[in-house]
Amino acid sequence: MFHWLEKNPFFFSVGVFVIISFAGLIEILPNFTEASRPVIGLKPYTVLELAGKEVYKKDACIACHSQLIRPFKSETDRYGQVSLSGEYAYDRPFLWGSKRTGPDLHRVGNYRTTDWHENHMWDPKSVVPQSIMPAYKHMFTNIADIETAYAEAVTVKKVFHTPYGDEFKGTREAWEAHKPTVLAEAKEVVKNMKNKDVKDAVANGEIPEIVALIAYMNRLK
Amino acid sequence: MQSNAALEYDYSVAKLFTYTTILFGFLGMLIGTLIASQLAFPELNYMLGEYGTFSRLRPIHTNTVIFGFTLSGVFATFYYVGQRVLKVSMAESKFLMTIGKIHFWLYLVGALAATISLLLGYSQSKEYAQYEWPLDIVIVIIWILWGISMFGLIGIRREKTLYISMWYYIATFLGIATLYLFNNMAVPTYFLTDGLGNFMHSVSMYSGTNDALVQWWYGHNAVAFGFTVPIVAMVYYFLPKESGQAIYSYKLSLLSFWGLMFVYLWAGSHHLLYSTVPDWMQTMGSVFSIVLILPSWGSAINMLLTMKGEWNQLTENPLIKFMVLASTFYMLSTLEGPIQAIKSVNAIAHFTDWIPGHVHDGVLGWVVFMIMAGLFHMAPRMFKREIYSKSLLETQFWLQTTAVVLYFTSMWIAGITQGMMWRAVDEYGNLMYSFIDTVAVLHPYYAIRALSGVLYLTGFLMFAYNMIKTMTASRELTQEPQFKSPMA
Repeated sequence: MFHWLEKNPFFFSVGVFVIISFAGLIEILPNFTEASRPVIGLKPYTVLELAGKEVYKKDACIACHSQLIRPFKSETDRYGQVSLSGEYAYDRPFLWGSKRTGPDLHRVGNYRTTDWHENHMWDPKSVVPQSIMPAYKHMFTNIADIETAYAEAVTVKKVFHTPYGDEFKGTREAWEAHKPTVLAEAKEVVKNMKNKDVKDAVANGEIPEIVALIAYMNRLK
Repeated sequence: MQSNAALEYDYSVAKLFTYTTILFGFLGMLIGTLIASQLAFPELNYMLGEYGTFSRLRPIHTNTVIFGFTLSGVFATFYYVGQRVLKVSMAESKFLMTIGKIHFWLYLVGALAATISLLLGYSQSKEYAQYEWPLDIVIVIIWILWGISMFGLIGIRREKTLYISMWYYIATFLGIATLYLFNNMAVPTYFLTDGLGNFMHSVSMYSGTNDALVQWWYGHNAVAFGFTVPIVAMVYYFLPKESGQAIYSYKLSLLSFWGLMFVYLWAGSHHLLYSTVPDWMQTMGSVFSIVLILPSWGSAINMLLTMKGEWNQLTENPLIKFMVLASTFYMLSTLEGPIQAIKSVNAIAHFTDWIPGHVHDGVLGWVVFMIMAGLFHMAPRMFKREIYSKSLLETQFWLQTTAVVLYFTSMWIAGITQGMMWRAVDEYGNLMYSFIDTVAVLHPYYAIRALSGVLYLTGFLMFAYNMIKTMTASRELTQEPQFKSPMA
């Protein structure tokens, strides 16, 4: 049979394709609907939090930080309750990471404050003297892309039925109408910050990346 | 029909991809050395402002090495090996020649655009699948072009039986195509919202645990079909060609090939041990990872036995040295991987530096060594000149071997140290170390790793210099060498 396959590239390719498909079909498909069910009470990310998640992705925080607490006492002591599948139901993409050069962040909102993050992102060594994490000062001046975050919310509502309110529509008017809500949320975060430029920016209706990122960090509980 | 005269093969596309292999290899390793140094000396994060931090550069390192260096090497060797084992020249078909050229130029433009997009922060944040959707489309087109080249050549072949290397090239094509397509399924947000927000942005089709499963089914097997399958294709061609020895066993190659195809894909879930994916999937991943030793070692042992009775070549020919060491590192790496996939070992190893340690003994020891040996074998035949310097080749070999050993030993120690410290408790059951303690202790290992990067990069520059000199300044050959590549 193998000799025959080696003379018939078409059937050879079909053979390879069938053989490599098995695993995906058997391992991934059966659990698909169940694994995507949210835990009770899980709320979708607000637009500001989504914008913060974009900052997290843009600067590839995932390169050093995980968001997955494994079922070991040493991990639950350090980071909090074991992670559950349903908690990730609105995470597109999942951000579990594969390397902990820095600590896990899945429940960082439980034990770090806005103020702490502000100091830490400006100069990690000011809070953790031995830290090897770089400072992310550019997040204090770069403006977060909240319009794209809104577009993401509308998209996941339309395509995946993520439970956003009826006001989430894919039109510019709907976005303009929603914008003040995002700004109000940013103002809540900024109340606990001290950087003057950031405060001024938010007062002028622009949200620096750091504000969105902190909103996202605080949401991780 | 064809006369008995030897075919004149056309290497123009193979040459182009050889140049990009050297270019992207240098860039990928340069960035790798830089980010390794950043972990040891964090001040190095601030050389390029926003664009120079570890986190922004790390995806560029991985993607440049995978999709830049390795893929270039795969394409370069394919456009060389494909013609020869199928006994057909690219020059015989204007159509295939054109497709080959478009394949290269689109690849080059796509690779540059993709790198810039990562530098600017456009990222899906899925490992080795960071590129946003417009670039994914370009990559799919590049892949289809390669498919047309490959199956086009197969279509007009004279040698009816596909040689082992061709099996592996075909599997590379099919495997990556399937994995890449499914993992990158995403919905662009721009089109569903009357053009709100950024054109480049998209959301993954899968969420949470599902996304994790699809991603690591991809992530693990991108390694399989990028770093293993096409490299095995190379060793099956170049080792017998360079040594003049026939492959030891056809049956072993059959077993290894079909075994690898079947088993590899199952193992992806070993990246998700103790996560929220169902337990039975984790166990499957673990078990199949162990089974994977068989087909992997099957190929490697087949290679080593091919050298049976000819071990003197190991001392006489540096290219044989490269290939034998590559096969040995393949064995080491495919034993180490399964060990890490055992659940109790993984509990300590996961999230630590042992994992990059494992990846790098595979990539630096196996993938890069094999690709360099392949290109060195091709150079005298493509450029009709002997290899510029044998002594440079020898020096490079020992320098890079030392570098690989330094890399993985330092990362083994770092990984196991950190894994043990995370879980260490005192007599009352309280955690003994704060997280930062477990970072500070790693400094010497990070410094050793950075040093190993510098050594390896230096070795790669020797390779580049030797190749460029071979292309331009070496003694010309009147006749194509049959087996051993001539070198000065």
